[in-house]
Amino acid sequence: MGEISEQVNQKNALGWAARDTSGLLSPFTFSRRATGEKDVTFKVMYCGICHSDLHMLKNEWGVSTYPLVPGHEVVGLVTEVGSKVEKFKVGDKVGVGCMVGSCRSCDNCANNIENYCRNYILTYGAKYYDGTITYGGYSDVMVVDEHFVVRIPEKLPLDATAPLLCAGITVYSPLRFYGLDKPGMHVGVVGLGGLGHVAVKFAKAMGVKVTVISTSPNKKKESIEHLGVDSFLVSRDQDEMQAAMDTMDGIIDTVSAPHPLLPLIGLLKSNGKLVLVGAPEKPLELPVFPLLLGRKMVGGSNIGGMKETQEMLDFAAKHNITAEIELIPMDYVNTAMERLLKADVRYRFVIDIANTLKSSS
Amino acid sequence: MAKSPEEEHPHKALGWAARDSSGVLSPFPFSRRENGDDDVTIKILYCGVCHSDLHSCKNEWGVSRYPLVPGNFMESESLALNAPGCVATHEIVGVVTKVGKAVMKFKVDDKVGVGVMISSCKKCDCCKQDLENYCPQMMLTYNSINHDGTKNYGGYSDMIVVDQHYVLRFPDNMPLDAGAPLLCAGITVYSPMMYYGMTEAGKHLGVAGLGGLGHVAVKIGKAMGLKVTVISTSPKKESEAINSLGADSFLVSTDPAKLKAATGTMDFIIDTVSAVHPLLPLLSLLKLNGKLITVGLPEKPLELPIFPLVLGRRLVGGSDIGGIKETQEMLDFCAKHNITADIELIKMDQINTAMERLARSDVRYRFVIDVGNSKL
Repeated sequence: MGEISEQVNQKNALGWAARDTSGLLSPFTFSRRATGEKDVTFKVMYCGICHSDLHMLKNEWGVSTYPLVPGHEVVGLVTEVGSKVEKFKVGDKVGVGCMVGSCRSCDNCANNIENYCRNYILTYGAKYYDGTITYGGYSDVMVVDEHFVVRIPEKLPLDATAPLLCAGITVYSPLRFYGLDKPGMHVGVVGLGGLGHVAVKFAKAMGVKVTVISTSPNKKKESIEHLGVDSFLVSRDQDEMQAAMDTMDGIIDTVSAPHPLLPLIGLLKSNGKLVLVGAPEKPLELPVFPLLLGRKMVGGSNIGGMKETQEMLDFAAKHNITAEIELIPMDYVNTAMERLLKADVRYRFVIDIANTLKSSS
Repeated sequence: MAKSPEEEHPHKALGWAARDSSGVLSPFPFSRRENGDDDVTIKILYCGVCHSDLHSCKNEWGVSRYPLVPGNFMESESLALNAPGCVATHEIVGVVTKVGKAVMKFKVDDKVGVGVMISSCKKCDCCKQDLENYCPQMMLTYNSINHDGTKNYGGYSDMIVVDQHYVLRFPDNMPLDAGAPLLCAGITVYSPMMYYGMTEAGKHLGVAGLGGLGHVAVKIGKAMGLKVTVISTSPKKESEAINSLGADSFLVSTDPAKLKAATGTMDFIIDTVSAVHPLLPLLSLLKLNGKLITVGLPEKPLELPIFPLVLGRRLVGGSDIGGIKETQEMLDFCAKHNITADIELIKMDQINTAMERLARSDVRYRFVIDVGNSKL
């Protein structure tokens, strides 16, 4: 009896999916599970396009299954809540980031770092507890366990807030964890894209002096005048890099393509920290002498736990921080992916799901 | 015309030096400076043979020593030079024979040690925080060039003159010969253990490489109440690591099954290996937030896989000896816990054979030269 009613209560959903490693997206109908007692069901309003979506669409990490419905920067309005849901009600503005599940019993889960749980479940392309494959936010509706849903603060606009759910937490977490959030510190941000520009905004709000390190000289003017960056280094300019040596307490490196670490380590003061949040597939060269001679460190970080994600959103609301976005209709998504590959976006595409994801009938 | 090493300074000294990158050492007459107001003159009794000595005598580090931006070098130091001679070592122990007028900390006949550095600027933030080892003007005990152009010669010699600030007091109950290696090997592992928080009893420390540095790291780790696993490529070191050094377990790093079983079990790893080696197996041994601290100095860069850092919020850090205050603290800690190095005592004229054996890691675990009883 129960099984039949579950099937009856499953929702029809419309999304856009890639069917193969070409990564080309097109309309895809599927179903979402019935709203369980701890689930929150919401109408998706907007979804950010993360560079990870591009990697996954083309199976660049070798873990993709098709059809693949990406999207882990999802915001929307609650339409239904399960009987045991306490934190949300119909009409609430909510968001979902990179995870929709974890084991809930290990030390990491108990310590609010579900993102480091060995069995965490990604929002798309992963196997859920019930054996089904998860489908992400390039779709009209989502059903998510309330533990993995965050509240979008009232004053934040939904569209420009969506990217904070991945890009935002990805840079916020290491700024806090590695202690690069103290007023007066000097932090470098490598790469001025979706992650980089949000890192700049968070660091400035924390009272930190920020230098952007980029390969593109043409980003300089906007980063200083518009994003409030204190200085800008063109990484290929040896004189500029040399002059800035030994000046930074830390660096957040958002670049996921292979790149040399030596010049970045040189920018750090003694005891400085280089934190990688982009993940190149192949190993990078680590020069050991400079690390030793200044007692410097190279560390990594991967998104953040649910508690910290909520804290990040509340911090963003307090300091009026949102992403700089280009809002696009659903059917522009393949073009957007091509432009993203060329880093041709200031600084995040966000899909206007509610207004443009329509069924063909 | 530049003065010869014998004529540079007023006090004649005898040492053994490498003349070229063959690294072969031979008798080398030179001279030491006048004992200034802040100086201490030391008759050298023992000195340790550090792996750095081997690298330096053969000029193996060459330009890789200071690659801060490709093609650029730190202003205050120059390339490792062999000419006119490289008199190595920085694990020096002896007795005071003279003190300058302003010296308060030492008197004649005191037992003292000198480690890796003999001067720094004394004015910068690093120096003021007792971190002279990170001072940009820090001067190494040997192979460094002074502002007046003269060269510094290390402990493979009969005597040395050092500013009192950089001289360590040797604890009374510490044997001079077995204590000598602590002046480099000891502080090199003690400092990162303190800085990176490897002092909480019950935490799990991995020590990669069981040589001069590694065996001291095991002893200090056990004294701090840590669980210690030795990670090594040599299965035959296992019995001694456990029975003699007190390690809790031993992992052969070339055994994939053993590595897999130990995945995610260690809070820290001190990596003492100075040859180029893979980091991925070591990173996989670390828990969440785990720290891999490298203290060895390979000639070439290492390959750093990024996924293990990102997915486990792990870090790779470096550490370079320690400040003078911390070096004294380390000596006192070791004296309190009866920690000394396991050594093989040799005479000065056996140094070349010792270097060849050291290159093959054929020593348990540090050669120490009985300088006082050697004919130089």
